[in-house]
Amino acid sequence: MGEVSVGAENLVLTEEQEELRDSLRRFLADRSPMSRVRQTIETTEGFDRALWDRMAADLSLQGMAVPDTCGGAGFGQVEMSIVMEELGRGLVPSPFLASAVLATNALLALDDADAIRELLPSIAAGRTIATLAVAEDGGGWEAAKIATTAVLDGDGWRLQGTKTPVVDGIAADLVVVVAHAGGELGFFTVDGDAPGLSRTRLAGLDLTRQLASLEFSGTPARRLVCEDATGALNQVLDVASVALAAEQLGGLQRCLEMSVDYAKARAQFGRPIGSFQAVKHLCADMHVAMELARSAVRYAAWAADAAPGELPVAAGLARAFCSEAFFKVAADTIQVHGGIGFTWEHDAHLYYRRAKSSELLLGGPVKVRERLAERLGV
Amino acid sequence: MGEARGPAEQNFRVRARAWLEANATRRSDEDGRQARRWDLASARVFQGKLHDAGFAGVAWPTAYGGQGLTPADQRAFDEEAREFDLPGEFFGIGMGMCGPTLLDLGTDEQKLRYIRPLLRGEEVWCQLFSEPGAGSDVASLQTRAVKEGDVWVVSGQKVWTSVARFADLGALIARTDPDVPKHDGITMFVVDMHAPGVTVRPLRDMTGGATFNEVFFDGVRVPAENVIGEVNAGWAASVRMLIHERVSIGGTTRSRRGAAFATLTEVARSRGVDRDPVVRQRLAELYVRERVVHLFGTRLAQEARLGRSPGSRGSVGKLAGAELARFSAGVAAELLGSDAIAWDGTDREAARWAAALLSAPAGGIAGGSNEIQRNIIGERVLGLPKEPQVDRDVPFRELRVGTRSPSPHDGGS
Repeated sequence: MGEVSVGAENLVLTEEQEELRDSLRRFLADRSPMSRVRQTIETTEGFDRALWDRMAADLSLQGMAVPDTCGGAGFGQVEMSIVMEELGRGLVPSPFLASAVLATNALLALDDADAIRELLPSIAAGRTIATLAVAEDGGGWEAAKIATTAVLDGDGWRLQGTKTPVVDGIAADLVVVVAHAGGELGFFTVDGDAPGLSRTRLAGLDLTRQLASLEFSGTPARRLVCEDATGALNQVLDVASVALAAEQLGGLQRCLEMSVDYAKARAQFGRPIGSFQAVKHLCADMHVAMELARSAVRYAAWAADAAPGELPVAAGLARAFCSEAFFKVAADTIQVHGGIGFTWEHDAHLYYRRAKSSELLLGGPVKVRERLAERLGV
Repeated sequence: MGEARGPAEQNFRVRARAWLEANATRRSDEDGRQARRWDLASARVFQGKLHDAGFAGVAWPTAYGGQGLTPADQRAFDEEAREFDLPGEFFGIGMGMCGPTLLDLGTDEQKLRYIRPLLRGEEVWCQLFSEPGAGSDVASLQTRAVKEGDVWVVSGQKVWTSVARFADLGALIARTDPDVPKHDGITMFVVDMHAPGVTVRPLRDMTGGATFNEVFFDGVRVPAENVIGEVNAGWAASVRMLIHERVSIGGTTRSRRGAAFATLTEVARSRGVDRDPVVRQRLAELYVRERVVHLFGTRLAQEARLGRSPGSRGSVGKLAGAELARFSAGVAAELLGSDAIAWDGTDREAARWAAALLSAPAGGIAGGSNEIQRNIIGERVLGLPKEPQVDRDVPFRELRVGTRSPSPHDGGS
């Protein structure tokens, strides 16, 4: 009863968690300032491999939420959400979402102890970059939309079909693929340089995240042990949704800060534009969006760790809110900045691109809300 | 979060729960709306029992009739009490705003005279701030108090006064010096609502109901010892009371989680539209908006427990809550369709949502409008510069106020 109002859910970070955030923020400010992000996105590889190696060597970020028995740091999704928030804040171009979130959680959601033992430590250490290939033509991230097939050929499996978009599909050394095997869904792994796999880098709205199209033509694959592939896929997408929502929160927070700083510094009509209510109120609404988004992310991350029964709803809640909030704040950031905000040299468009791209990743807002309605028993 | 509570508070909580179970009625309605309407006489009896049992003024000093416990104990009681039907409508203003301000600023005589009867429900209080010409800009108020010997003579009009028609006492702010800038010539008084010259009229609002009042003062004589704080220091006293108001609103009106979503999902089902994809989108959206506002309230409460004061971030909840009320009422109207505009007199569901639609605008105006909340967030949370103020250093009588033009020869009215 008394618990109803204060809540069973823990929405406040511990001191240790705050320290993690602070040290990560310093690390990224130092090693991945926007000037470096700008350089990185002009490269062919499209991500910062040197930074990736430091993230692993100095901070063990890739294995943050991997159990220590599998070579990880053994933390939970609350810590993971802190990492994602900081990466999103800095628009860090890295295959972190693909490898440390999507592929890692796919392996953890399955029932393949051998695969976990063989593959996960290297992914957790950042030595292997992995990704998860789910979506196909039209970008649906649902089991029902999957047409890629796996057939047994002698004692090995071979994949046929096209996955698109695949997050960091070019950078990946290892691709976890969801495909139909006979009448059921299954998870497979394919090497990044496997014969019969052709990878195409896609032109993307978001310049700071690489998306690719992967075409499998009789590509040899290893089938992973899994009792309930649809259940596992839902689990992966839920955990990834929480992480992505946290990343969106980080971007939103940065947009809010850029807007407020600019509204204080920029003068028109003889005074700072932030003193005009039209601008001030836009900034206030951004702040409201940030506070609500942060509450949703904290709740969803807590649910992922401590109340798995609440995760499907909590993940949908966080994704639905953060997607809409981040895009609105990113668009309003350009508005607050006016002309300078529409230039290539200003960072606002990078956030705007990321916001819309993230909103539509893992299934867009209409899908997210329909799934949420279903899970709420509507 | 529960582990942070001390054993003494736990004991107090257990005692409070037991007393409430034995003496109060549980709220029956799913979203916690008041199930019964209290009349003043029975409310007073209940409040007296509550005080006798040690649950009124939990964190207030014992010297004046309080229980001398901690704010954490008071929160524990409030949390327990949320499940029950208490007569807060009569005593909320006194307990949440007037009492705390008197404790902060009152003389010892005032505290001895007023606090105990307030806690026992023997005297009902109202707050006399807003005027027809002074809403968001309360400091531009025009009600005058003129000193005549050892009394102040008050004339003017207040509006949107809750509980005034039941009130015995009011905390009034009035202009005591029109020749100085607006903030510097205001004084706060305790005024006897039964004094000659006080007229209370119910104010019918756009819902058709009349929960608020207009209060007219016509030469009302207020003894000099009724000044709260210092003469002409009433603005600081008002700010203090408004801070207490924000805290008390934050503590009592937090909605149950998912209340509108749950009710409207039922409405959708009962009307056979719950499979409609557009309706499902709207319901999911409602769930999201309602839940995040609730989670934000929970997060602030958890931070408060850890000693981090919410400060001006309370405005975020106020603003988001007001917008949510409009959104929910809009979804309800969509679901109800033509039943939202015309209904069989026995259709309580339709009537209830029509009432929600009609009361939704109040949330964006009362207790600081949405625009004021955005200013607070912009200026106090984000540190954005204030608008240039044209009225700061100008004597009040030269200001343009409400719809009144500057009148250098007359201080108002």
